[in-house]
Formats: sequence, structure tokens, C-alpha cells
Amino acid sequence: MDVFPIIVVIAFFQLVIIQKPFPHLDQTIFGIFLVVMGLFIFILGLESALFPIGEKMANEFALKGNPWWIIFFGFALGFSTTIAEPALTVIAGKAGGLAAGAGAIENTENSVASFVLGLRYTVALSVGLAIALGVLRILKGWPFIWFIMGGYTLIVITTFFAPQEIIGIAYDSGGITTSTITVPLVAALGVGLATSIRGRNPMLDGFGLIALASLSPIIFVLGYGIFVYGVGS
Amino acid sequence: MNSEIFNTLIDALSGTLLDILPIIIVLSFFQAVAIRKAIPHLKQKIIGLGMVVLGLGIFIVGLEQCVFPIGSQMANQLTDLKFLAGNDSALIETLENSDQMDPGIYLWTYIFAFLIGFSTTLAEPALIAVAYKARDITTGAISAWGLRISVALGVASGVTLGVYRIVMGNPLHYYIVAGYAFLLIQTLFSPKQIIPLAYDSGGVTTSTVTVPLIAALGIGLASNVPGRSPLIDGFGLIAFASLFPMITVMAYAMITEKLSKRKEINEPS
Repeated sequence: MDVFPIIVVIAFFQLVIIQKPFPHLDQTIFGIFLVVMGLFIFILGLESALFPIGEKMANEFALKGNPWWIIFFGFALGFSTTIAEPALTVIAGKAGGLAAGAGAIENTENSVASFVLGLRYTVALSVGLAIALGVLRILKGWPFIWFIMGGYTLIVITTFFAPQEIIGIAYDSGGITTSTITVPLVAALGVGLATSIRGRNPMLDGFGLIALASLSPIIFVLGYGIFVYGVGS
Repeated sequence: MNSEIFNTLIDALSGTLLDILPIIIVLSFFQAVAIRKAIPHLKQKIIGLGMVVLGLGIFIVGLEQCVFPIGSQMANQLTDLKFLAGNDSALIETLENSDQMDPGIYLWTYIFAFLIGFSTTLAEPALIAVAYKARDITTGAISAWGLRISVALGVASGVTLGVYRIVMGNPLHYYIVAGYAFLLIQTLFSPKQIIPLAYDSGGVTTSTVTVPLIAALGIGLASNVPGRSPLIDGFGLIAFASLFPMITVMAYAMITEKLSKRKEINEPS
């Protein structure tokens, strides 16, 4: 059911628009079988492990009463999952090539590698801080909308000062930081926390962690671009 | 099973293991140092985590077998000037030398972008997870399918507009800043309950399935459209794909709220 639309779209374009038969039809059918089965197993694991673990952790932390542990936990979770994220490594590598090509950094292997590493740490740090801040928001019950308004205003202001070359990468980096395994865990953490604390609404306070984790990398990467390239026009 | 599929499976499994490894380290550290309690149903949870890794691994292998090669090949073919001009060599030459493309010529690319954005988002595992969570805490008031379809419509329209931008070669930040402005105004008028979830769905949409295909489309387009550079213009589609779902999810909530209010007026209890 979940992958049916993809099959329809691809079959339609292959047969009607491009008008060529499928190359390796047997391989394609086997692939579809794997996709359906993989998704089924993933969802089973999601409901039996990722969701309960996230909720249980949130619950235990809420009972403990010391807020610093869970804020630190949020930071560690965000930082460690982002620094290992393969999609980020790919994008950072491309950005490194771009910066060297534009003459912003020296075109040597060393300076490109340190640019790439710096970018990855910047994004990971920003995701860690965002989740820690998001957890603090749930604990305090601050309205979500303040953070969104403030965050987007910051992005718009930073964009004006950022060099042209970094803008596309910065905006994209917001979307790629949260992987398929991190998202369910972080969602369960937020909702679990909002459910455990008296006076919090899981709908109003539980969601929003992922949003902050996708917003803050944009600001930090734009900042990193200004730092490396200098203020753009 | 041939060895190529086996190798991709090993790659995919080690990739997802790498994804989950830092999570396991952080979880066990805090469990041991901060919570200091045994994990209840530990065996069941380890099996569950194993299923997450295995399921995601098999899912990615399947995608690499059937969806990614065809999808990226298609993106390349649909943006090829030879395909667009229908083998009319005079037209190809005019297209190659024109500075400003006629945006209408890429009609099929827009349709492809829309449909592939829509259909891949429906299969996005992270979105399924968040939709289930939202359904569970609203006890069904927000249906999992309603949320997934509105996110998918958002990704679809976002990617289509992003493709149009690459064809036209306009600066990315004009579109994005205008989108943010619209989003913030819309936020003021939408039901409070939905706002955090709507903003979350922006970050959720772009992972395993959508990113590789959209990136292939962006890079194919930027390398085939005359005067575009894949390095500069190829980026930015993901930004569109994470901005628009926020708008459509809030729109979805505004519409369902209106409908349920109307129902209440019609059937006073």
C-alpha cells in the first residue's frame, strides 16, 4: 500500500512518456518485494522498540526530577546521531569542493578536509543544541511559536549577510540532519516527556523537537559560511 | 540471490548499523549513569531494534534495486534536450544557445517532479512513524493517512516549484524567504494544536527515500539545462521539499477544523 504510488508513477513514465520497456523487469519486481517487506519489518520494530524506548527514557527522566540530565541527554542524542549521518557527510563533501573551487579556502586536500570536518561539527553541534533547547522548552512549557518566529527571523537576517555559495547548502542541511531512526526516537521522547509532566499537552508541547533540529543547522551553516568566506554581498 | 544483491544488503545493513550505533551508545550511557535501572523487557527491545535495522536495510536494498536506478535514469532522460526537442536538431541548437529557457518546455519534468515527490513521501518510513504517533495521541482526530497525504502534497508542490526555479535560474533565497513569510503569517491563523506537528513534518519528509531521488532530479536538471551549474543550482530542492509540507499540513488542519465546526453547527448536540 505504501509503495504502490511509486510503482504507478515509474511505470507510467517508463511506458507512456519515455516509451521503452523496463530494463531488468525481474530485478525490479524483486526490488519491490524487498521494499514492501523491509517497511513491514521496520514498522514492527518501531512499535516494539523505538517508540517504547523513547517514551520510557522520557518517563524515567521526568520522574528523576533533575532537568540537567535530560537536557544533556537531548544534546548527546542530537550531536551523536548527526555527526555519523551519511547524508551530511556527502553534502559537506560537496560543499568543501565548492568552497575550494570558489577560492574561499585553499585548494589543498588538507584545507578542504578541515573545512568539511568543521562543517560537520557545526551541523552536529547545532542539532544537539536544538534538541537540548527543545527539551528545555517542553520542561518549561514555553510556547513553540516563539522559537519558530525567532528562528526564522534569524535565518532571514543571516541570509542577507551570507555568501551566495553557502545559501543552498545551508537550507538543504536543515532537511538532511534527521535520519529515519532518529526521528521516531526523538518524537517518542518529546511526546513521552510532555505526557509525563503535569500540565503539558502532548500535542502542543510534545512535537516540535524535529522542527528545531531542522531549523538550527540552517542558521549555524550560514554562520559558518560567513566565518569562512567573509560577509557576502 | 546473486552476489550483487547480497553486497548491497551488507552495505545497507552496515549503513543502518552506523545510524543506530551512536543512539545505542547514548541510550546505554544514560541508562547506566543517570537512570541506573535495568531496562524492562530488554530482550524484546533488542529484538525490536534488530528488526528496525534489518527492515530498513532490506527496504534500502529494494529501493536500490528497483526505484533509484530507474528514477534517476528517468530524471536524466526527461531533462535531456534531445528528449524535449523530440530529435529536432534545429530546435536543439536554438535551445542550447538560448540564455533564458522557455519554462513551458519542461512540462513533463514538472509533472514527474510532482508525482515522484508525492509518491516517495508516502513511502517515507520516518513520516509513517510520526503519523502513527500523532494518530495515537489525538486518538484518531488526526488520521495517519490525512497527515501523510498532506505532507506528500506539500513535498510534491515544493519539488515542482524548486524544479521551476532551476529552469529559470532564479536565486533560491527569494523563494525560501517568501515561503517563510507566508508560513509565519499562516501560523498566526492556524489551530494552535497543529503548529508543532506541522513544523516537525518539514524535517521528517526528507530522508531515506525522497532525498536520493530528488537529488538525482536536481543534479540531472542542473547539468542539462543550458547555463546552470550542478554545483550551485543543483542544491535547494530539499529546502523546498521541507518548507512546503509545513504549509500544507497547517492548511489540512485549518480545513478539518472548519469542517468539524460546520458539523457542530448543523448538528447541535
